[in-house]
Amino acid sequence: MFFCEIQPQGDYIDLHRKRYGYRPDHFERKRKKEARLVHKRSETAQKALGIKGKMFAKKRYAEKALMKKTLIMHEESSTRRKVDDDVHEGSIPAYLIDRVNTTRAKILNNTIKQKRKEKAGKWEVPLPKVRPVAEDEMFKILRSGKRKTKQWKRMVTKATFVGPGFTRKPPKYERFIRPSGLRFTKAHVTHPELKATFNLEIIGVKKNPNGQMYTSLGVLTKGTIIEVNVSELGLVTPAGKVVWGKYAQVTNNPENDGCVNAVLLV
Amino acid sequence: MTMEVEGGEGQGKTMLCLLTDPDGNPLGTPVNFPLNTEPQHLQQIVNQLRQNEERLPYAFYIADKELVESLGKFAEKNKISVEKVLHIVYQPQAVFRIRPVHRCSATIAGHTEAVLSVAFSPDGQQLASGSGDTTVRLWDLNTQTPLFTCTGHKNWVLAIAWSPDGKYLVSGSKAGELQCWDPRTGKPSGNPLIGHKKWITGISWEPVHLSAPCRRFVSAGKDGDARIWDVTLRKSVICLSGHTLAVTCVKWGGDGFIYTGSQDCTIKVWETTQGKLIRELKGHGHWVNSLTLSTEYVLRTGAFDHTGKQYSSPEEMKQAALERYNKMKGDSPERLVSGSDDFTMFLWEPFLKKQPKTRMTGHQQPINHVCFSPDGQWIASASFDRSVKLWNGTTGKFVAAFRGHVGPVYQISWSADSRLLVSGSKDSTLKVWDIKARALKLDLPGHADEVFAVDWSPDGQKVASGGKDRVLKLWMG
Repeated sequence: MFFCEIQPQGDYIDLHRKRYGYRPDHFERKRKKEARLVHKRSETAQKALGIKGKMFAKKRYAEKALMKKTLIMHEESSTRRKVDDDVHEGSIPAYLIDRVNTTRAKILNNTIKQKRKEKAGKWEVPLPKVRPVAEDEMFKILRSGKRKTKQWKRMVTKATFVGPGFTRKPPKYERFIRPSGLRFTKAHVTHPELKATFNLEIIGVKKNPNGQMYTSLGVLTKGTIIEVNVSELGLVTPAGKVVWGKYAQVTNNPENDGCVNAVLLV
Repeated sequence: MTMEVEGGEGQGKTMLCLLTDPDGNPLGTPVNFPLNTEPQHLQQIVNQLRQNEERLPYAFYIADKELVESLGKFAEKNKISVEKVLHIVYQPQAVFRIRPVHRCSATIAGHTEAVLSVAFSPDGQQLASGSGDTTVRLWDLNTQTPLFTCTGHKNWVLAIAWSPDGKYLVSGSKAGELQCWDPRTGKPSGNPLIGHKKWITGISWEPVHLSAPCRRFVSAGKDGDARIWDVTLRKSVICLSGHTLAVTCVKWGGDGFIYTGSQDCTIKVWETTQGKLIRELKGHGHWVNSLTLSTEYVLRTGAFDHTGKQYSSPEEMKQAALERYNKMKGDSPERLVSGSDDFTMFLWEPFLKKQPKTRMTGHQQPINHVCFSPDGQWIASASFDRSVKLWNGTTGKFVAAFRGHVGPVYQISWSADSRLLVSGSKDSTLKVWDIKARALKLDLPGHADEVFAVDWSPDGQKVASGGKDRVLKLWMG
C-alpha cells in the first residue's frame, strides 16, 4: 500500500473561490440573507413551543448576555484611567500594593458569601438572652439493668465538645453519655469586624448559660461561650505576641443544624 | 618586623597568623603570635601596621567567626590546627557608638490615614512622612510636633526621598505624579512633575559627590519606566524604558549608574548621560523586590557624617562627600544585592561582570527589603517568613537569623555605627537587633497596627516609625 495525502473534504468551495473568485451575486445574496435572518429568527421565536421554545429562549439569552459583556469590556478599556483616580481608603505602602489586594479581596468575597448564606441581618449577636433548656430536653433517660428497671443513666441530646484525650468510663460509672455523632471539634467562627468566617478548632467550653454542669459536660447550645483556636488568623496583642485562644459565642442550635456557628467576641 | 606582645602563661607556644582585610589582601607577612594574644593586642598591631595616627577599633574574624577570646582558646574550641597559617580577617568598626533606642518619646497624631513612608533628612535634623491621606508632613524633631502639612498630591503618597544635601524633598504618589517640596517652608516648589502613567514605587537622588548642588533624581513607576528628573528644569530629562513589568526599586549608584529592579525578574543597569542600557542582570525567578548598594548609606547621607558638621558651599560638600565615598568604597567595586519573591537574594558586582557573585538562599517566603549596613560589612534581609537574616557583606555567606517577629517583616533600618538594626513588622512591633551578640536587643511594642515604615536617623539619636494606626512614633535612646 502507499500513503495518499488525506485532504479535508469540505474545502472545495474555498478552493473554487481561490481559483475562480466569488459568484458575481455572492455578496448581494449574503447581505439579503443576513437582513432576512432577523425576521426568520423572530418567526422561530414566536412559533417555537414547549421545550423547543425554552431552549431557543435560553440560547438567545446567553448570546445577548455575552454580547453585553463584551460591549462593557470594550467600553472599560477606554475609560480605565478614570477608575484609579479617586482616593481609596485603607492605604498601603508601594511594596504591598500588588500583594495585599488578593487577600483583601478574599475577605470581601467571603463576606459576600457569608452574607448571602445568612440572608443578612443576623449580626445582632452576641446573644444577650438565651432560652433556658429544661433537663428533660437536655437529657434522655436510659434504662439499664437486666430488667431495664434502673434509670440512672442519661444521654445528652445536644451537641457536645469532647476534649481530644477523652476516653469513656466503664459503663458502670458512666452516668452521662455524650453520643459521638453529636460531638464537634470545629466551629465556623465569624469575625464581626472583618465580616469573614473561618473554620476554627474548638479548644474548650468556657460557659454554658444553662448551668455549671453543662459547662463541665461540654454541651454546646445556643449562647454557649466557647474558646476557639485563632492562631491561623494571625491576630496579635499590642505587645506583638500571637493570640491563639479567643472566646466566641454559639449562635445556632448545633443539634439541629449539624454544625456549630459562632461569633468571635472582640 | 618585630612585634612584642607581653606574655603570660601561654608564652613559648606560638601560632603562625596572617592578618588580611575583608577582601583578602594580606597586611604584612605571616607573623608568629603567642597563643594568649587577645583581640585588643591584635588591634594594637593592626593600628601600628596600618600606621593609623589615631587608634581605630577593629573586630577580628577567623573563618567568619568572631574572635572574642585569646587565640589559644579559640583554636582549642574550634579545633584549629596550630601548624597551618591562620588567616585572621580584621574589619574596621565605627569610631562612634550609637545608643539603642528603648522608649517611645513621642506619638504624634496628624495623618488621617496610614503612614506609608518616613525618612530622616541626611543630616538627621528633619523628618518627613508620606501618608495615605495624600499629604506629606514635616515634623519638628525638637518639640516633636507637626511642622508643615504639604498638600498637593492627588492620591496616596507612596515614596519620599531627601536630596543628599538636604535642600529638597521629593514625594511620589499613587496617581503617578511627583512633587518637589522645600523643607524649610513646606511649600511645593512648582507644579507636580507628571510623566508616569501609574504609581511611583521608588525615588533615588543622584549622589552629591557626582554633582553638587543636587539637581537630578530618578523615580521608578508601576508602568515599567524609570524617569530621570531635573528639579531646576522641572521636567523629565530621560525616560529609562525597557522593563516589561513594574519597576519595584531604583538606586542611583556612586559610580554614576542607575540600577533598577523589576517585576519582570531582571535588574537593569543604566548609564545616566544618555539613558543607555549597559547591563542586564538576570538570575531571579520571580519579582525583584528590593535592591541595596554597599555604599548606599554614604550616598544617602552625602557629606554629613557623625560629627554633625555643616557645609557652607556646594563645592565643599561635594569634596567632603567624594572623600567619604572613596573611603567607604575602598579598592573594591560597588556591590549590589537584590532580594526577590523567589525567596533568594543575589550578590552582584555589576561593574565587573553580569553573573552574580553569590546566591543567598535560606528565606522561606518572599524577601521584601534588603539593606547593606553603613560600613558595607553586613547585609540584612527582611522577609515575609517573619525573620530577619544577616549575611556577610563581602562574601554573601549566611551569618545569623533573627527570629522573634510573629508577622511578616516589612522594613529594616541600620544604625549609623552598623552595630544595631531595627525592623518593623506586620505584628505591630519594632525590634532592635544586636549584630555583635546576634540576638534580640529590645522589643518596642506600641503601635496599634501594622508598621509600614521605619527609619533610623543618620545622627543615631532617633528612630521614626509609622504604620496603619495613622500615628508617627519617635523612639529614643
